[in-house]
Amino acid sequence: MVKFNDEQLIEFKRLVSRYPQGKQKSALLPVLHLAQQSFGNWLSAETLDYVAELLEIKPIEVYEVATFYSMYNLKPVGTYMFEVCQTGPCMLRGSDDIIKYIGEKLSIKPGETTTDGLFTLKTVECLGACGYAPMMQMGKHYREHLTKEKVDAIIEDCRKNAAINN
Amino acid sequence: MGVKLLLEKAHVEGIRSYEVYRREGGYRSVEKALKTMSTDAIVEEVKKSGLRGRGGAGFPAGMKWSFIAKPEGVPRHLVCNADESEPGTFKDRYLMENIPHLLIEGLIVSSYALGSHDTYIYIRGEYAWIVDILENAIGEAKANGWLGKNILGTGFDCEIHVQRGAGAYICGEETALIESLEGKRGNPRLKPPFPAIKGLWERPTVVNNVETLASVVPIINLGGEEYAKIGVGRSTGTKLISACGNINKPGVYEIDMTISVEEFIYSDEYCGGIANGKRLKACIPGGSSVPILPANLLLKTAKGETRYMNYESLSDGGFATGSMLGSGGFIVLDEDQCVVKNTYTLARFYRHESCGQCSPCREGTGWMEKLLLRLENGQGKISDIDLLWDIQSKIEGNTICPLGDAAAWPVAAAIRHFRDEFEWHVTHAEEAQKRNFGLAHYADARQLVSA
Ligand SMILES: Cc1cc2nc3c(=O)[nH]c(=O)nc-3n(C[C@H](O)[C@H](O)[C@H](O)COP(=O)(O)O)c2cc1C
Ligand code: SF4
Ligand code: FES
Repeated sequence: MVKFNDEQLIEFKRLVSRYPQGKQKSALLPVLHLAQQSFGNWLSAETLDYVAELLEIKPIEVYEVATFYSMYNLKPVGTYMFEVCQTGPCMLRGSDDIIKYIGEKLSIKPGETTTDGLFTLKTVECLGACGYAPMMQMGKHYREHLTKEKVDAIIEDCRKNAAINN
Repeated sequence: MGVKLLLEKAHVEGIRSYEVYRREGGYRSVEKALKTMSTDAIVEEVKKSGLRGRGGAGFPAGMKWSFIAKPEGVPRHLVCNADESEPGTFKDRYLMENIPHLLIEGLIVSSYALGSHDTYIYIRGEYAWIVDILENAIGEAKANGWLGKNILGTGFDCEIHVQRGAGAYICGEETALIESLEGKRGNPRLKPPFPAIKGLWERPTVVNNVETLASVVPIINLGGEEYAKIGVGRSTGTKLISACGNINKPGVYEIDMTISVEEFIYSDEYCGGIANGKRLKACIPGGSSVPILPANLLLKTAKGETRYMNYESLSDGGFATGSMLGSGGFIVLDEDQCVVKNTYTLARFYRHESCGQCSPCREGTGWMEKLLLRLENGQGKISDIDLLWDIQSKIEGNTICPLGDAAAWPVAAAIRHFRDEFEWHVTHAEEAQKRNFGLAHYADARQLVSA
């Protein structure tokens, strides 16, 4: 069963406290971020129901929102998600080549996860880093000015970290 | 070197921290405004400054502020739009990352002027690490008495909260942003009522861009009249431009709006010229939504006059031969780039970001994307180009929010100025798969100017 631990509940309360009484639904987006981060980087139906219960709103109000915004993962994703920007300004600086290179290197297409569950490749639209293209988001941070060599190094780092954590 | 009002101190060592920011003269505008000015006087200074909204539409900020309704007993809110998702635009990020206290300072003065006791910064969800930077700055400001209860003993209470979005360009549109802040899908609202009357939780609300609110700091420090002397005509003050694409020095530059487009692109102080010794083909000067211009119309207007980096000059000639300053997202294409492909990626972007409420936008963006992909892949017909034109013309002006227009304009402008390149993709389908069209007749106007 999904349930926030004490620390997560404190954060939940802090989020809700930022809005007037009775307007706790306003905390929905941040609470979904918190839930995603707390429960394996994706949002299951069970998690969505739990969030609805916590915020005292109807489950449909949560489903509507979870399906609208692109940052919520509605199915499991790899430990490391490479979200590579493919919009105009990045395309002008070679993002297509980077997407292709990552795909070939990991033997996956955009939208897929490697069989070992380590990597997901996703193409995304402009992330506000157009001057530092090509780029991708990896977790909380951006990796910018990507080259094939940089991609190699990032993948190697991820594999090393995964090995340590196992 | 032009005047810098926002980024002057952005590279002072440690400026992200409160101590250094304060030592460099930070928070003076809060002292001046809260201790010596009435709220009406602040609005008046902002009006005098001529400051126009920096989020894209360029609406006069002081006028917007004066529209806010003040019904008895109903709280009002200021909301800072930090959604920054227009392709080509990354200036607000730069400001928030490098000099976060400048935004917080502007927010305190603006909240005071508008009577907002709970002010929200709505930031795009992907800027996750900037949330930490802002919350840290807010914490420092509060610890030093600039936020919280009874600020500077004036009786004014104010809190600033940071709200993260979750990936949706449409939430930059102010009524979609308000919906999102209420915990809903980002579906833009029908106007009227305008947010100034009924906004967040049906309360009077002002939504302004990050850069607009940061600009309130120099306006208060200098006075509106002095601020208005910088720049030219109705383009007062300084503007942040985020430059990207095929240039030598992509990045964020603060300009006073008197420099020419040519200087901005070629001078070493700014973009440093076209990368790899290539020639300039085209440019989208104000974020992906504004019309693309071929080099010859970019550096000079249709009348043959020098084009400048300001609201009036960039839009000189209307959509027939001009463009817009927009959000300041300056996207440069060199001679090797394909206009059809670039337009395709933008059409895909708008299809992806349409909220789906209005059929012209929901369906039209999808059709445009498909047609453009077909043309790009050499499978298009000449009649597809006319169909594209027809679709974009039927979206424009027929939707709830301006995203429909924003999706239509780039397609219209690309066909208007680069129709031969589109046709070449049909008539030379095989060749078009192997190489790009190149510069063709869009002479680099710079080459024609005698030294
Ligand atoms: C589709 C769409 C996206 C927008 N995105 C942004 C944005 O990311 N940031 C922003 O400040 N304004 C954006 N705007 C403009 C806002 O609706 C609003 O005009 C602006 O926040 C007002 O602030 P300003 O007057 O200070 O510019 C967008 C508008 C539309 C139609
Ligand atoms: S124009 Fe597009 S984005 Fe705007 S409300 Fe209509 S469908 Fe939604
Ligand atoms: S286009 Fe890729 S970050 Fe803007």
